[in-house]
Amino acid sequence: MTITAPECLLRLYEEHPDLEDYQGGAPRWCAGCGDNAILAAVQRLCRDEALRPEKTAFISGIGCSSRFPHYMKTYGFHGIHGRALPVAEGVRMARPDLHVFVSTGDGDCCSIGAGHWIHAVRYNMNMTVFLHDNHVYGLTKKQASPTSPRGLRTNTTPRGAYLEALNPLTVTLGVQNASFVAQAVDWIPEILYSIVSAAFHHKGFSFVRILQRCPKFLPDLFDPWLHDPQKVLVLTHDNGLQLSPGLAKVHKNRREHDPADLDRAREIASGADPIPVGILYRNPGVPCYEDLRRSGKLRTGAFVRAGLEAELDKFTIWPQGHA
Amino acid sequence: MSETLAAQPVENAGRQAPSPASGKAITTLSEHIVEVISDSGEGAQVCGQSLGAIAARMGNGVWTLEIIPAEIEPPARSTEGASGSRIRLGSGRMTNCGDQADLVVAFNEQVLLARLRAGEFKPGCIVLLESLWRTHPDKEIAASYLQTHARLAAAGFRVYEVPMERECRSLVADARRGANMFALGMLCGLYSLDLRLAREQVARAFGSKDAGVVAANVALLEAGHGWAEAQLDFKFRIPALRSLEPQIVVNGNTALALGVLASGMEICAMYPITPATSASHYLSNVFEKVGGVVHQAEDEIAACSFAIGASYAGKCAVTITSGPGFSLKQEAIGLAVMGEIPLVVVNVQRGGPSTGQPTKAEQGDLLAAMFGSHGDAPKVVMAASGIEDCFYSIITARKIAETFNMVVVVLSDANLATSQQPFPRPKFSEAWMAPPADQSAVPEGARPYDWNALTGLARRFVPGQPEGMHTLTGLAHDRRSRVAYDPEINEEGIHSRSLKLAALQKTLKTPPVFGDPEGELLVAGWGSTQGAIEEAVGRLRAEGCKVSSVHLRFLQPLPPGIKELMQRFKAVITIEGNWCDRREDEIIDEGNRRYSALAMLLRSRYLVDVDCWSEVRGQPIKPGTICRVIREALERNREAARR
Ligand SMILES: Cc1ncc(C[n+]2csc(CCOP(=O)(O)OP(=O)(O)O)c2C)c(N)n1
Ligand code: SF4
Repeated sequence: MTITAPECLLRLYEEHPDLEDYQGGAPRWCAGCGDNAILAAVQRLCRDEALRPEKTAFISGIGCSSRFPHYMKTYGFHGIHGRALPVAEGVRMARPDLHVFVSTGDGDCCSIGAGHWIHAVRYNMNMTVFLHDNHVYGLTKKQASPTSPRGLRTNTTPRGAYLEALNPLTVTLGVQNASFVAQAVDWIPEILYSIVSAAFHHKGFSFVRILQRCPKFLPDLFDPWLHDPQKVLVLTHDNGLQLSPGLAKVHKNRREHDPADLDRAREIASGADPIPVGILYRNPGVPCYEDLRRSGKLRTGAFVRAGLEAELDKFTIWPQGHA
Repeated sequence: MSETLAAQPVENAGRQAPSPASGKAITTLSEHIVEVISDSGEGAQVCGQSLGAIAARMGNGVWTLEIIPAEIEPPARSTEGASGSRIRLGSGRMTNCGDQADLVVAFNEQVLLARLRAGEFKPGCIVLLESLWRTHPDKEIAASYLQTHARLAAAGFRVYEVPMERECRSLVADARRGANMFALGMLCGLYSLDLRLAREQVARAFGSKDAGVVAANVALLEAGHGWAEAQLDFKFRIPALRSLEPQIVVNGNTALALGVLASGMEICAMYPITPATSASHYLSNVFEKVGGVVHQAEDEIAACSFAIGASYAGKCAVTITSGPGFSLKQEAIGLAVMGEIPLVVVNVQRGGPSTGQPTKAEQGDLLAAMFGSHGDAPKVVMAASGIEDCFYSIITARKIAETFNMVVVVLSDANLATSQQPFPRPKFSEAWMAPPADQSAVPEGARPYDWNALTGLARRFVPGQPEGMHTLTGLAHDRRSRVAYDPEINEEGIHSRSLKLAALQKTLKTPPVFGDPEGELLVAGWGSTQGAIEEAVGRLRAEGCKVSSVHLRFLQPLPPGIKELMQRFKAVITIEGNWCDRREDEIIDEGNRRYSALAMLLRSRYLVDVDCWSEVRGQPIKPGTICRVIREALERNREAARR
């Protein structure tokens, strides 16, 4: 069947999604919350990639950031605290045809769900994971999180956090099978979008840590970095992030970094000031657990039955005289 | 030890292997209980299971029970290392491991003592004891052997010394390893089992090894058979009621795994834990062949969450665990209840609380299964009542889970997990299979929680269905799955989820009563005790006692008609493998007595005065024990009536 050019254009227009096609309920985050910027970048990604909303699933745990799926007009799963990753793994194993995204907070991922996080990196299942790292527990009203900087005053550390912060980048890069690790900040939307997009296009466990402002509880925590572009180290590369001329003018503190270089990535990841932003590591060669596990065989009733009968045969005692 | 020994009446003195017996008389029996016990790793379990399989092929009723040491590598020749199996052989169907053993083959005297102290042998029990130790160079070992031998004989056991290892030496290099097949041959001879079937069974057991291994084991089998024929002065025969149907012989855990295959589920997520693990071992080996996946998660929380994720995405999944793992899954189970995600959770119960007794049987998790998650979290709780039921329970559970969008907990226990019993080979039904995930477009206006006012049921929307997009949440939510803190909406959700149990209850049948529908005493049970309870009730009924029993497969919801059923008896007692306070304790009275789980449920639901008796000894409850309990209960009730 052939169609005329105007008809084709019309169809393209009709079929090409708008941002509204991905916008769920109105976000209920505080004004100025960095989660809004992450939501905007992700909705843009969905639109640009024309993802079918019914084929897209956003999975989360519990926390302010884990409200994310409610604000998407896709399938969503807002589960329990810390367990977003294993739920997402189950979804992925059952349904390789779905696009799977995960939103998790620094408490959700790096504290209560830390065990799952380590193993999720190792499983390397194809999903895009956003760590909304605001360095504090938002939903439960300002307690220290594993990524809270030492000295941070919170309701559980009124005299300042006792311990050095955990570094989610070095941890992830230290796990066998890490295949995509990037860092973005909520206040540079263009870079955030580029990284979210690169993460989506990577096949495997794409881990994006996003430094996210929590104006409610830590109103000026990120101010020094916000006000001084020099305090952000932008990692650029032909195979990594590329800056628009406009941004390049603002962000002069840049470093060429090849995302294939794991040792360099680890070295960069361990620096907190300036904040490295960009793709630290990418290795498309790591196998995905679901591909290792799924046979791809079509499970018809007859097929399953044949397998069951073969097993039953092994345990069957035929009446005497039976051939 | 001496008390135990002294308690055994002297019937027969022990003896050395007698002179060759020719044309010996064959004693016909209706049943016999055999134990084969060794240090762990000496193959007594293979011997016992093979014996069971051969007898089953001859058409005998069989129940085999594994005797499992708690440690992986217990010291050799130690009482705590006793490992092996009990095989109950009979003319009719065997539904439990019975009371005490009639005949035992022991590879050393220490493992024998372990079972003796546990009271597992009948007075006058025949003991076939490896004689190697008599002349052991270690003086202490030899002395221990001689002492035990003498005491056993004095206590009335019929002890026969068998030079198993010596006899095997001429046949295999490692005679220690061959003794189990020699013992099998001996037992086949003693029970007049068909040697041809025995050879086939050995070939099966070692089928994966090369022909040389099979031949060597067949030679051992024949040697054992020949030795028993020539050296022992007795022989038995247990007539078989031939079955015309093909049967399968598996333990409860394998039956569970086969049930998973047959149910059409394709994802099982688990974390290793005794005694559940062997189900996943078996499944790991076979599931992939039919396109399934066993995912060993990083912990039980992850396993349960993984299964929930798969179920949410349209493939109803199962997670298999035991006590401690079940506790860890509870929060995730609550999520599945709240989100109305179908999920099958199998708990192969072990002794608790905490790490408890990992390899031992207990029925301590019923209330945790019903009420384990916080808040009002109605879920279905079933208990497999036997090995065959392990298979069918999973199929039923998957079906209920998907029909009602509920969590279905299937309880098994360590007794069923490792016991074997033949049952009719299941005949595959297309209806067992899970339907493929619905991917059709959702009709306009339909909402993901359109709860039916009568049944609480709502049609579930699965990812991939156009126009069904919504975010499932563990927070209170309205019909559109929007988070809501409205008092009405919260109540509507809780109300609807609760109604589903009632809707399921309406589809259940009142379980049959074993025995007369009325009488003096009704015994109620659940789970693995069915065989033992019914055997005990049968024995007492034969004596004229007016006792019957009922066994519950559904614990939540309880099926209809239970109250009426109970009211036709003067008294009701539950028999369970969990704790209930003892009346004899001075401090215990009606005001503080903690009842067993099922008794508590029946009392609270039906306002019927249900008594209970329980035991938490880690062993399957024996029919003889139940007989005693029933007699005592009858006596107590009569006494109360007289007063
Ligand atoms: C098992 C459990 N423990 C504790 C909580 C309470 N809780 C909810 S969210 C949260 C931490 C949220 O912090 P984070 O993950 O950093 O997310 P944010 O709110 O900052 O986005 C806690 C402790 C819970 N919901 N469940
Ligand atoms: S409390 Fe902080 S993290 Fe939560 S919504 Fe408000 S600003 Fe965002």
